[in-house]
Amino acid sequence: MLTIQTKTMGEIAIDERQVITFPAGLIGFEDFTRYALLDAPQKPYFYLQSLQTPDLNFILLDPFLFRPDYTIDAPDEYTTQLGIKTPEDALVLVLVTVPPGGGAVTANLMGPLLISRTTRLGVQLVLADPRWSVKHDILAELARVKKE
Amino acid sequence: MLILSRKINEKLQIGDQITITIIEVKGDQVKLGIEAPSDVKVFRRELYDAIQEQNKLAAASGGIQLPSIDIAHKK
Repeated sequence: MLTIQTKTMGEIAIDERQVITFPAGLIGFEDFTRYALLDAPQKPYFYLQSLQTPDLNFILLDPFLFRPDYTIDAPDEYTTQLGIKTPEDALVLVLVTVPPGGGAVTANLMGPLLISRTTRLGVQLVLADPRWSVKHDILAELARVKKE
Repeated sequence: MLILSRKINEKLQIGDQITITIIEVKGDQVKLGIEAPSDVKVFRRELYDAIQEQNKLAAASGGIQLPSIDIAHKK
């Protein structure tokens, strides 16, 4: 067990298996490579809490919950680098943005996180597919899924 | 910044392993061919910038009620 400082949940104990390393960091956050993947107080969200600075925390979500048609085309060099050998080993999560002034809560499907469950290495991908933008309104997407 | 003039079908060599070929020039658009090792990431800069900007907004999020998601939707 490890004890870590979090941005919103104070000091908590985590299992070492919750530690995820992003060797290249996240885009714009290249210096922050070590994180803990935590269940957020509100399900089914996750927190990606930096182990280097408690102030840095991202909210994550499984994109398939609101976009069942989501696909990512991860080049082989990424899956090789991360040590992903089977589709089941790949964990895909997207970053959630809560605008400070209110407004729609959105998810970034253009820059998903690809993580290996076994090696616990991750990378942020850049997808060129025009279907995926950096701001998908989560509630609007959910309403669309319900209609279908 | 190094600025070079090139004609169609001419190439630029960057280091040992990266080659850029000018494929086509049409009006204000240039088509480039890029040969690089698989571990060199190549993508349109505006995608990278958009993700970087969104990551910063994402990092500033938190503390409020998130949209509730009925997990039964998952197929």
